[in-house]
Amino acid sequence: MNVRVAGVERIVKRLSGLRRVRRAGGSEFAIETLIRVLGFSTIGFVLLIFLFLLREGIPVFFETTLDNLFGQQWYPTFDLLGTLPILLGSMLVTVTAIAIALPLGVLTAVFIREVAPEWTRDVLKPIIEVLAGIPSVVLGFFGMTVLAPFLRESLGIPTGLTAFTGALLLAYMALPTIISVAEDALDAVPKGYRDAALAMGATEWQTIWRVVLPAARSGVVTAVMLGMGRAIGETMAVMMVTGNAARMPLSLDSLFRPIRTMTATIAAEMGEVAQGSVHYHALFGVGIILFVLTFGINLMAASAILKKRRRGGLR
Amino acid sequence: MPSRLSAVWLVLLRALFLLALLVIIPLLSGCARSRPTGVQAVSGTSPETIENKGSDTIVNVALAWAEDYVREYPEVRISVTGGGSGTGIAAMINGTVDIANASRQMKPEEINAAEANGISPKEFIIAQDAIAVVVNPSNPVDKLTIQQISDIYTGKITNWEQLGGEDRPIVLLSRESNSGTYVYFLENVIRMGEDSDLLFAPDTLLMPSSEGISAEVRQNPNAIGYDGLGYVTPDQKMVAIAESADGPYVLPSVDAVNDGSYPISRPLYMYTAGEPSGQIKAYLDWILTDGQQLVLELGFVPLR
Amino acid sequence: MNRHLSQRIGFGFTALVTLVVVAPILLVVGIIVVRGIGTVNWEFLTAMPRDGMKAGGIFPAIVGTLILTVGTALVAIPIGIGGAIYLSEYARDNWLTRAIRLAIVNLAGIPSVVYGLFGVALFVIFLQFGTSIVAGSLTLALMTLPIVISTAEEALRVVPVEFRTVSASLGGTTWQGVRRVVLPQALPGIITGVILGLLRAAGETAPILFTVAAFYLPRLPSSPLDQTMALPYHLYVISTQVPGMPIGVQYGTALVLLALVLSMNIVATIIRSYFRRRRQW
Repeated sequence: MNVRVAGVERIVKRLSGLRRVRRAGGSEFAIETLIRVLGFSTIGFVLLIFLFLLREGIPVFFETTLDNLFGQQWYPTFDLLGTLPILLGSMLVTVTAIAIALPLGVLTAVFIREVAPEWTRDVLKPIIEVLAGIPSVVLGFFGMTVLAPFLRESLGIPTGLTAFTGALLLAYMALPTIISVAEDALDAVPKGYRDAALAMGATEWQTIWRVVLPAARSGVVTAVMLGMGRAIGETMAVMMVTGNAARMPLSLDSLFRPIRTMTATIAAEMGEVAQGSVHYHALFGVGIILFVLTFGINLMAASAILKKRRRGGLR
Repeated sequence: MPSRLSAVWLVLLRALFLLALLVIIPLLSGCARSRPTGVQAVSGTSPETIENKGSDTIVNVALAWAEDYVREYPEVRISVTGGGSGTGIAAMINGTVDIANASRQMKPEEINAAEANGISPKEFIIAQDAIAVVVNPSNPVDKLTIQQISDIYTGKITNWEQLGGEDRPIVLLSRESNSGTYVYFLENVIRMGEDSDLLFAPDTLLMPSSEGISAEVRQNPNAIGYDGLGYVTPDQKMVAIAESADGPYVLPSVDAVNDGSYPISRPLYMYTAGEPSGQIKAYLDWILTDGQQLVLELGFVPLR
Repeated sequence: MNRHLSQRIGFGFTALVTLVVVAPILLVVGIIVVRGIGTVNWEFLTAMPRDGMKAGGIFPAIVGTLILTVGTALVAIPIGIGGAIYLSEYARDNWLTRAIRLAIVNLAGIPSVVYGLFGVALFVIFLQFGTSIVAGSLTLALMTLPIVISTAEEALRVVPVEFRTVSASLGGTTWQGVRRVVLPQALPGIITGVILGLLRAAGETAPILFTVAAFYLPRLPSSPLDQTMALPYHLYVISTQVPGMPIGVQYGTALVLLALVLSMNIVATIIRSYFRRRRQW
């Protein structure tokens, strides 16, 4: 490996500002300690967040019964704290969102990486990055004023504020993540695989479908998990378009009925709780559930990525 | 050239860090000093900022009052926030607000909680409000009894056909549980003032605020909603209400509230932490007298 | 079926799907621009709101967002870059480093509303800052931290190891190498990451809902302990809570927020590609 001559010259020039060789001592030590502290601070923050959530959330287990907490009725102002409807609500919306986003995302990644000519990439990637940058509240606003009425009229459902509307918005919000991870997964497939398939007479499409995608399987799974983590934590967009009805989504048509998610519940009710009340503790309890869920999902996704990097290849 | 450019970047970065230090240090020392000494020290930073928080029903009137009052007395600062009656009352209990707006009365346990924190809430009635039941203008149904409304909202009646309307499912709209309007509607309409444990049907859409209800009602022919009279826009249709099936069916209006013929109307409240004094007292006195003109303009019922 | 025909169909299908993905993005931006541009003029951007916020401008919301963004930057940048330097230059491959990386992944995944909860519990209530710019900025900074650390570390990592070895061989300590050689090289990447993190902070609503945002303030905030209005919260409030709000004002506010966020995105992209071309390796 070569070092560019210009680079070395510049380094020498910059370091020649040193009058003498200094050992790590004094101010150098202070700075390095500071950096070390800043490095460890992230662990500290995670622990702090978890601790505070626990501190404010655990009391709810002592203030009300487990029957209540795992019940089907969420009317917190009347001391009914059944978390099942909102738990299932979050699940329904997230799963639907991923079911929509995954095929859309993977096929788009295939198009960008494998099918489309090089120049289209420079057009498409920025547009997808725009999507990643649109604030949640703006998408929620759009969903409320344009998407919900449209869905109500075109699908003939009672109201456009449904789990499906929320899932649709979430799917689009998760797409940039999924597309990017899927692209990386496709890239990681060794050229040898493709060459071998083509040498055996397969068309490019057959190669993609039968060789490349299966080889990128684990990357796709990672994309799913990261997308899920993103979707389950989304607040404003779902709050504005799902109708916020704490309804048990037990049948298939619940998809086209209003639903209430855990995140919307916290955002909608946090302002009204008196500190230290049962409702206050219950909301922190819901926060703990969200924290643990997203931690678990992201942990799985991250360990999958790290394992792949270490093994240096596929699967 | 490249090295000079990155040198420039470094200088900028250094300057930014120094600036940050210069700002952060006085900031932190300022915070340490102005921390409230006790729960009674309610209004945050400066004594002339009146923190006003609570009911979304009252928030527009509160906003209009604040704008008008500050025009007359520019040295006063008033900050207005919504969030629902529950939010304002919680803030009162936590000691973080000067005036709490509520479209329902504080419950006894809330008053106890406040007193446990050393705060004695003082109640003021600042206006009256009629609760209008609204439907989409294309909906042929134009009168309902309170019993029918209760059955609709508990899920017993699910199709407009059952009320003489078209064959359409009924979509229930409500305010969120932190709204005083929600609580008032539950206690006085759904439970009809009796001691029952009826609840809103779980299908009920809980909208973030009045405008959420309006937005859905004005474009969805299946919808039914309820809200303060001041929030009913001309593109919604109000339903005439009767206490029983023999009527009389009355549409909500200022007169109907004042002569008692409209069955669902209620007072609107402001609570202060203890007996008000100084700026807060002056503001409240103004609200109860000069401010009433704005009440009428905004569609509420002024005090007599 | 002919293999080549099925290839054509397959390729066409992926193109169709890409269209389904890309077209709505343009549609959303387009609709907001078209319906909002009529309202956005100089007065809208610089005047205080009047008439129950239905007229006048959204100046205090814009200023509030800028203040919160600066506050976030002040906290997230030093901690984030420091952490990134540690991970990239000092950390060894042991369980502690793995724990730090795990913590970062965790922080990145926490829902924004849970940050809001934490912000209320710690900054508003426990540390008694009340609903204030300080509380809001600290909450947003915590949320932005993982983004800054990740992108900064990536930017540092990309600098070839030769830069460091040459520096060390000339007698520089690790910190001297970082400060004088590696950091300047990585700076554009770091700045890009910081801007991307800040644009996320500027657009978030849930963390500021209960830590700083106010519905109406007659004057601009004058101290870090004041509340402030903010664009995302303002859009949320005027689209869901103010009756009779002209739809043009709502779209106008959405447009301003979108424009702010997108322009930060563009700046970051320009910085990234400009410096990528002028890289010394």
